[in-house]
Amino acid sequence: MPVKVSVKNIFKIFGMEPHRGLELLKNGRSKEDIFEETGQTVGVEDASFDVEEGQIFVVMGLSGSGKSTLVRMINGLIEPSAGQIIIDGDDVASCSPARLRDIRRNKVSMVFQHFALFPHKTVAENVAFGLKIKGMPAEERRRRAMEALAQVGLESRADSYPDELSGGMQQRVGLARGLAAEPEILLMDEPFSALDPLIRRDMQEELLELQRTLKKTIIFITHDLNEALILGNQIAIMRNGRFVQTGTAEEIVANPANDYVAAFTQDIDRSRVFTADSVAGPADAVQLSTDTAKNAIERMEAAGSDAIYVLDGERIAGAVTYRDLTALMRDNGGALASALITDFPSARRSTPLFELYSLAQSGLPIAVTNRKGRLDGVIAPQAVFAKLAGEAAAA
Amino acid sequence: MVSPSDFLTIPLDDWVNFFVKDWLVPNFRPAFRAMQWPITQVLNTLDGVLNAIPMVLFTVGLSLIAWRTAGRGVAIFTLFALAFIDMIGLWPETMTTLSMVVTAVFFCTVIGIPLGIAAAASDRFQAALRPVLDIMQTIPSFVYLVPIVMLFGVGMVPGIIATIIFALPPIIRLTNLGIRNVRGDLVEAATAFGATAWQTLWEVQFPLALRTVMAGLNQTLMLALSMVVIAALIGAGGLGLTVYTGLGRLDVGNATAGGIGIVLLAIVLDRMTQGLGEKRSVRTVSLAATLKSLFSPRAVSSGQTERAS
Ligand SMILES: Nc1ncnc2c1ncn2[C@@H]1O[C@H](COP(=O)(O)OP(=O)(O)O)[C@@H](O)[C@H]1O
Ligand SMILES: [Mg+2]
Repeated sequence: MPVKVSVKNIFKIFGMEPHRGLELLKNGRSKEDIFEETGQTVGVEDASFDVEEGQIFVVMGLSGSGKSTLVRMINGLIEPSAGQIIIDGDDVASCSPARLRDIRRNKVSMVFQHFALFPHKTVAENVAFGLKIKGMPAEERRRRAMEALAQVGLESRADSYPDELSGGMQQRVGLARGLAAEPEILLMDEPFSALDPLIRRDMQEELLELQRTLKKTIIFITHDLNEALILGNQIAIMRNGRFVQTGTAEEIVANPANDYVAAFTQDIDRSRVFTADSVAGPADAVQLSTDTAKNAIERMEAAGSDAIYVLDGERIAGAVTYRDLTALMRDNGGALASALITDFPSARRSTPLFELYSLAQSGLPIAVTNRKGRLDGVIAPQAVFAKLAGEAAAA
Repeated sequence: MVSPSDFLTIPLDDWVNFFVKDWLVPNFRPAFRAMQWPITQVLNTLDGVLNAIPMVLFTVGLSLIAWRTAGRGVAIFTLFALAFIDMIGLWPETMTTLSMVVTAVFFCTVIGIPLGIAAAASDRFQAALRPVLDIMQTIPSFVYLVPIVMLFGVGMVPGIIATIIFALPPIIRLTNLGIRNVRGDLVEAATAFGATAWQTLWEVQFPLALRTVMAGLNQTLMLALSMVVIAALIGAGGLGLTVYTGLGRLDVGNATAGGIGIVLLAIVLDRMTQGLGEKRSVRTVSLAATLKSLFSPRAVSSGQTERAS
């Protein structure tokens, strides 16, 4: 995937004469020192990252860690003290005001924590705001706004005022406003933080749903690691203006870079972070036509498992259990087909662990299938629970 | 006793005399005279229109406007107030005063709103403007009547100029305040969608400040009305003149009638402009909240990035 946004060694120092603070910072002085000496606050210190097209890049950190500052530098609301922000070849940090405005109008839009809807404009007018600013005629504007509202399921509220809507609806309007100009990049600064937990959940699902079709490049800010893990293709953990770790959800949870990150990963919901992929074993199976019950029992004994999948050519025919087969052997020592269980649990590699709970309870191993429905791996039921329990011990 | 004046006396009065009489007046009188031109035009037009409209038509019209802007009660009050003014024989004077006051307020708006906007946009301009406004509001208006007469002569227009100076500060202050109090994240959102400073002002800041601006307009209007008697001192006509001559001749009846006329006019205009402010911007920051922020120690500033996450 091509890189859409590339941030290189970006710094932000709040206060007069930021180069002085910058100098001190490069000489290895602490932020506290710099504040004492110059009264300047270090907002962001040497952050670098690339965001690939169509990805959700999540920046997670506690309040005051510099997330808002970082995201506001990407659309030039805050001017960086040093560094580059390259969007499709333009350096936002140094381009002309007119070029910057052009980028904001056409390429990058933003969704805000407290929605920032204009209280004197209707929902449709809010959504059409960016289009009006661009000088689009009223009719076309309205049509595009209605389309954007349809994406978030709010066409019926087009002529309401924002204060007539619930928080969740208001943020949907905020999202529609961000989408209306069809930007390639969406900046979202804690868009769901002001919402109730249940509504937040819905909004996360909805964002993922939208993203499946829209494939925007999204930079998403949050202070909630669970949210970061659910949404992010890539996640950066930020602390005191610095990036302490960048990686996928699994990388961060499996290998926290330091105690700070580990402390966060402790209370997260691992069942949503890890996928079937992390617990899947090899696609061990026997063939329906060529293997006998005896072979199958030998294979299970060798693998230490108590069930095995049976393939008919490439197709999964079902599974057989050790217990059934030994009973079968005692009776007549015959073909696999008579012990075949065709109602077997199956999942994809991307299925989150929490969806495997109920599948694992059947006692049969879970078949991991690929897109064509072929056997791609097998998950032992114990492995699911071990993964969830084992991590708690590890942390 | 020794006092500083034994050592040094400052002839301030002479200096001012010299400055105004020997420098300002001879050098700039034509310029000041030229400044009267637009005011004269507006005043004459307005005066012509107001005096051409028959009393009954005007009364009904204004009552209807009051009904639309401020409700039925105010409309009924307007109807009776204007009828009463006509019955006490002060209709022409009232129309003269009205055209004078409206002219003054018109110029206050034209000058004051841009200045208020500029003050909201620039901290430095605000800092420079504030002492000027403070002086304008504290100097007794009698003090500048003399230079005004010297520069502009006497009559209706100099009276209006004195009124403008007196009534200008509130609309500047409240325009500035209203714009500064617009939520910072809304301004930021406008910028983030690529709005220019003008677009942000026109689409977001000014509409959201409108309720506060209207409150400023209302105050300006009230101050302008309170100047009509003083303006009569330098030759302005209307109800102010009625009161003033009543005062000079110890004609209590006439002075009272003029005074009642002014009060009735003030109540009608006050209620109407207040109604306008309430109606136009139901969804903006309430005036109470705005005024409260005046006294809160932490100045609310726009444009700042919100810090809380
Ligand atoms: N305009 C500003 N002036 C001075 N300091 C600021 C300003 N904006 C943010 N900061 C400081 O920069 C740091 C990072 O703030 P912010 O980016 O808002 O963090 P977050 O969004 O992660 O909560 C904080 O210490 C904050 O106080
Ligand atoms: Mg923040």
